[in-house]
Amino acid sequence: MNIESMTIKEIVDGLNEGKFTSVEITKAYIERIEKYDTEIGAFITVLKDDALKQAEESDRRRKEGKEIGYLEGVPVAIKDNICTKGTLTTCASRMLEDFVPPYDATVIEKLKEAGCVIIGKTNMDEFAMGGSTETSYMKKTRNPWDTNKVPGGSSGGSIAAVSASFVPFALGSDTGGSVRQPASYCGTVGLKPTYGLVSRYGLIAYASSLDQIGVAAKTVEDVAMSLNVIAGHDEKDTTSRKHEKEDYTTYLNKDIKDMKIAVPKEFLGEGVNPEVKEKIENTISMLKDMGCTVDEISMSTSQHAIAVYYIVACAEASSNLARYDGIRFGYKTSNYETLDEMYLNSRSEGFGEEVKRRIMLGTYVLSSGYYDAYYKKAQQVRTLIIKEYEEVFKNYDVIITPTAPTTAFEFGKCSENPLEMYLNDICTVPVNVAGVPAMSLNVGFDNNNMPIGLQIIADKFKEGNIIKLGDKIEKELKLNNIPNMEVK
Amino acid sequence: MISREEVLKIASLSKLNLTEEEITKYQTDLNSILDYTKVLDEIDISNINPSATTSDETNVFRKDEVKQSLTRQEVLANAKDKDYGCFFVKKVVE
Repeated sequence: MNIESMTIKEIVDGLNEGKFTSVEITKAYIERIEKYDTEIGAFITVLKDDALKQAEESDRRRKEGKEIGYLEGVPVAIKDNICTKGTLTTCASRMLEDFVPPYDATVIEKLKEAGCVIIGKTNMDEFAMGGSTETSYMKKTRNPWDTNKVPGGSSGGSIAAVSASFVPFALGSDTGGSVRQPASYCGTVGLKPTYGLVSRYGLIAYASSLDQIGVAAKTVEDVAMSLNVIAGHDEKDTTSRKHEKEDYTTYLNKDIKDMKIAVPKEFLGEGVNPEVKEKIENTISMLKDMGCTVDEISMSTSQHAIAVYYIVACAEASSNLARYDGIRFGYKTSNYETLDEMYLNSRSEGFGEEVKRRIMLGTYVLSSGYYDAYYKKAQQVRTLIIKEYEEVFKNYDVIITPTAPTTAFEFGKCSENPLEMYLNDICTVPVNVAGVPAMSLNVGFDNNNMPIGLQIIADKFKEGNIIKLGDKIEKELKLNNIPNMEVK
Repeated sequence: MISREEVLKIASLSKLNLTEEEITKYQTDLNSILDYTKVLDEIDISNINPSATTSDETNVFRKDEVKQSLTRQEVLANAKDKDYGCFFVKKVVE
């Protein structure tokens, strides 16, 4: 049993065929975590005893011929901004360092119903604000391909856990690229579904009109299987869409030659690292050879999405994080006389620098005298961005871009200039602004053996097109997506 | 350009205390970011409606039925100061 390369599909098949048990699989993953996670730092909380107990129950259910779930006995890791009942959920912040939710997020209920084994809660940028997992209050997460480099963010822990084979799949959240960009940096597949496809109930809010829970795994097939579990309308999330439930695995192993692919030139311009550009262009050539129609197009709103994103996301964050006042939950200062001092000190001591920066930016753009110039204007430009994507998808099945302009960077490189960090999001952010789905998958490595991700974007609720194309690319390229952990 | 006074005003609205060093740092950062957002001034947005969301759903209601909820104990579990089944707060009104 080579746990390092195992996919969800192989685990499900192996468990069904009696090749191994869920306990054996879970133990194997926990062994890897105990051996390598001190260095990688993917997990904030490892639920060793709970996981083994869940695995035992799963094996017993199977043995007794009871009804088993779609992903029965398969281990999973969960980003620490998704509420897990009775288990610490910190958002990697001092503000929630001892917060234990009294309920499960809807996606957790769905994973449990599917028979999954929850191995642990993963590290992230504080309150999902960041692009490198460096703003975590708890710890550093290292890229399994080069431990001097960041795994990306904000779902760095979840994606590093998949990349390092601590779990076969993991849940993250994606507000501006936080599942896709780390997937690109760590060589895994990472999908952000259409806004409204996956319930946000129990996802601790950052920016409510942009947040979506996403999945990371080693293969497109695994992503399709995990999406099958977490997708679906939830009456507890009023933004969740009453969309017909699909089986996303029906899009695998399909012929792609009739697909029409658009490549916006703005995302392959200067500012994109030449090695990244080369691998994207190689993939585009390959798709042309396979018979796809590939056209270069222009998307005029592409230069505006980052500005829209940071205004809207920070505005929403300033509102969402107003609930952290030290009273009902979260960090409370011991240094106060008045109510106001309690608020001021709890929040100032509880939040990190990046969180405070975004709260203040958000407060400013919503404040009297500035609302029209910033927030309202951003919302109007958002309409234009949404419409531009709708127009492109009238004529094309998918859009292709790099996921990020570079490969993973070294720790501390972007810490002095926040704007530089924000500009790394240039390819991923428009997708959240438009509310459409997108996935990153590995299409090669740079000269330092660091992974390069290609992003596939589709129209709303057309994850099938992404899966169809991504699956084909992955099976053609047959890349090694397992980092060498022994060198550490 | 955001002035120092404006930074202090925003911090007050956000209920955040800033050190001298932080005031200067955030002033620089916010100016840099807001400067970047001027790129939106290039676009003609006359007659464009603002979008608050990309969700197609509006006015989603449920039936007014009592359903299972959290117990008082569960609700209070994460509060630092509580008693008599209530959250403790400092006196608000004199």
